[in-house]
Order: sequence, then C-alpha cells, then structure tokens
Amino acid sequence: MVSGLINANPIVYGKKDHRARTAPVQVDEYAAEPIDQQEIFDHIRDIKDPEHPYSLEDLKVITEDAIEVDDKKSRVRVTFTPTVEHCSMATVIGLCLRVKLIRCLPRRYKVDIRVAPGTHATEAAVNKQLNDKERLAAALENPNLVDMVDECLVPSYE
Amino acid sequence: MNFAGDFDLMEKQILVGHTDRVWSLAWKPATGVDGIPAVLASCSGDKTVRIWEQSPATGSFQCKAVLEETHTRTVRSCAWSPSGKLLATGSFDATTAIWEHVGGDYECVSTLEGHENEVKSVSWNASGSLLATCGRDKSVWIWEVLPGNEFECVSVLQGHTQDVKMVQWHPSLDILFSCSYDNTIKIWAEDGDTDDWRCVQTLGESDSGHTSSVWALSFNSDGGKMVTCSDDLTLKIWGADITRMQSGDGNASWSHLCTLSGYHDRTIFSVHWSREGIIASGAADDAIRLFVENKDCLVDGPTYQLLLKKDKAHDMDVNSVKWSSMESRLLASASDDGMIKIWELVSLP
Repeated sequence: MVSGLINANPIVYGKKDHRARTAPVQVDEYAAEPIDQQEIFDHIRDIKDPEHPYSLEDLKVITEDAIEVDDKKSRVRVTFTPTVEHCSMATVIGLCLRVKLIRCLPRRYKVDIRVAPGTHATEAAVNKQLNDKERLAAALENPNLVDMVDECLVPSYE
Repeated sequence: MNFAGDFDLMEKQILVGHTDRVWSLAWKPATGVDGIPAVLASCSGDKTVRIWEQSPATGSFQCKAVLEETHTRTVRSCAWSPSGKLLATGSFDATTAIWEHVGGDYECVSTLEGHENEVKSVSWNASGSLLATCGRDKSVWIWEVLPGNEFECVSVLQGHTQDVKMVQWHPSLDILFSCSYDNTIKIWAEDGDTDDWRCVQTLGESDSGHTSSVWALSFNSDGGKMVTCSDDLTLKIWGADITRMQSGDGNASWSHLCTLSGYHDRTIFSVHWSREGIIASGAADDAIRLFVENKDCLVDGPTYQLLLKKDKAHDMDVNSVKWSSMESRLLASASDDGMIKIWELVSLP
C-alpha cells in the first residue's frame, strides 16, 4: 500500500441536486420500468473515493452523462475520470463501480467500466484489467481489497 | 463430415448444485460408451468440484460427489488423466489437487504447490505421464507423474509477460500449448539433446494472432489444427504439418489459417473442437455458437461457417463448453449463473 495519498488535494465540485422524478404516464403496475441513466447514476454517485471523504460525484469522477445504458440489450457502460493521470486508485474505483452495479442491477446486465479516454497514463492496461472477469474474480477473493471496496460503497447504500 | 440441413441444440438437462459460478467442465474419458455411464466433472467459485454421473436407466445426470474442504478459494480448472483414474483441479488458492476415486469416494491424494498465486489451468498429456499447470504468476509448470501418486516438477517455464489463462497438451505429441493475457499463444517442446523444455514458437499479433487476451484453445481430432478464442471477439484457426511434427522436425511450425470475426460481440471464454469437426464456443453474451468447416469453398485453405447460434443458452456468461468424449453430439456448458446444461445436437427434419 502506498503510504502517501495519490492525490492529496482533489478538486471538490459539489453535488448536482437530486431531481424529483416525474410520475410515469402509464398506470400498469406490473410493467418493469426500463433502467435509465439516472437510475444507474443514483446507484453510484455516492460511492466514496478510496482516498478522500468525498463521493465520486463530488470529485466529478463520474457524471450522469458518462453513463451509457441500453435496457433492452441489458448493457451499461460507465466511463469514469480519475482525479489524476497516473492514479493507481483507478483500479479500485473501477472495482467499486462494478461491484455496486452487479449488486444493484438485474443479473442479465453486462457491465463495462472504462477510464475516460486521455485521462490516464496507462489507459489501455487499466481498461483491460477492469474488464477481465477472471482477474476481477480473483481480486474480489482478497479480503483486504473487499474491505476497501465495501468501505467505499457504504455511503452509496443510504 | 458434411453438415447439410438444419440443426438445433436441444436442452436435455440442467444440473443444479453449485452455489457460485461454474468455471470449467471435464468429461471423464472412456465413459459414455460400452454401457459405462458418462461422467462429468465441474468446478466452481464455491470452492468445490462436483462429479455428475449419467444414470444408465433414465439417461439423466445426478450429482454423485462433491469434492470440498480442500481448496480454499475458487476452483478454476479440472482435468481427468487419460485413463480416468485421476482428476487434477487447479485453484485460485495457488495449489493443484490430485484426486483419486477410492472405494466409492474421491480422495485428495496429492497437492502440488509452487505457483505464486492463482492457478488457472491444468492439463494432462496424451499418455498421462505429464501434467501441466499455469497461472497469474506468468509461468507454466510441467510435472512428471511418478509411482504412488507422486508428482515432481521437471520444469518451470517463463516467457509469457502476463498471466497464463490456459495450458493444453497436443492430443498425440508431447508438445505443450499455452495462451495468455499477453495476447499470445506459446508452444513448448523438449529439446532433443538437453531434455530441457523451451518455447519453440510464439504466435503473436504479427503472426496474424490475437489482439487481446487469449482465453482458450482446442485441437481438432488429428491434432493438425487448433482453434483459439479471445477477448478480441474472434476465433482463430491455426494449422501445422502433423507428419513433420511427428518426425521431430523442429521447424514444423504453426501458422494462421483463418479468423472467424463478426460472430461474437463479447469476450469468448471457451472453445472446443469435437471429434466430428464441430467447433463450439461459449461467450459473455450468454450464447453458444457452433461452427463447421465450409466444404464447398476451398480457396486458399479452409473456411468456416456458423452452423447454429443458441441465444440465451444460459442467463449469464458461458464460461465453458465441452463436447462429450464419446457421444459426439452431446455438449455440456457451464455458466456464471451457477448452472451446467447438457445439450444434444440434433438434425431437424
């Protein structure tokens, strides 16, 4: 573990107001509402940054626009922006995003996580690691890493 | 073998039992023929291995044994020795366990240690005299099988620059193949003079190779061709001169024959070539696809066509597809959804 913080002075942007959702037009109580961008954002906006007491939304690591979802195809892609270019916390953030989404979305969903193009020194390598299922499964069997992820996810469940 | 007409993959049975994703399957050799019931081994993220046996009377599979309390993490790979006497299981706990069926129970008779971290694949050579393992530590280990279920490491092969996802011995020759997160396939053979194992060929991007992690490889029945599958969404067919290989010709090298692209839109985790020549693939889009050689078109070498696609074969990613060792048209598949399915390939009227 690195003893010094990767980014000691992150820029804090503040939260976007949680918009009230408009009531759906249809009255069919049994129809499942398609999952949309806002719902996915609500699942992940309050995830805590691994290093600072701020959410990923506060630090603009994730924004609603950076979420692409196709409910019919059960696909979601989240693009996140690490706070610094050589952020080694990128893999932890990516892991947090994936774990939260896997826990919250129906299991038919396919989740892709990537860093925003041009925002990380080893972008291709990070993206490959973030989407290799075998590597992810092994990482999530590491109790230290799981504890770290769970700690970041606590505020996102409230 | 000509596959004219329409085919379907009929779901025969769903095997339920594992409590986490099922990673790999292995049919026990010499079962499913001559009145001997077919046996299938499966391994899972639930840290156990299950043995399923087909009932001769009903034809349905039942779980005969659960191999537990040995591996302390995910069991990633399982393989039967050619005689069917032993089962090797590779785990994320960095060990490889060897199991023997002793008086109705499966007993762990040996534990192979050495890998620095997760073991990802295990494979026996054709005669059962050697076992290969590989893992995230980027190395490939070759173990010699000695009397009394003793295993001795005879070589630790370095060369891959990233974790090694699968090892597979050639079906008839003592040549070892490995595929990796580093996008390459490596071929390892014993040097005639020194008896040292070394890498004799690397199939990388410049050899028309894959452009992302290679997850699996499988040989055709005569061992003259192999198919590889990758995160780059393609299957690639490779070939070599088998008679040259058999004569120990060091220059008998493998070359790219054909790339099957545009058929998969998510990572292909598993590929298996049946004795009849049907290539099955299992992918992250929950589907199973079957491919056969295109006999009509003989341009500059073989081409392949899609025989059928089974959409939603499982509710989640398909991690492993394996043709039965004997019954050519029986296929087993394993998934992140924790299920194993038994399929039969049938021709439609």
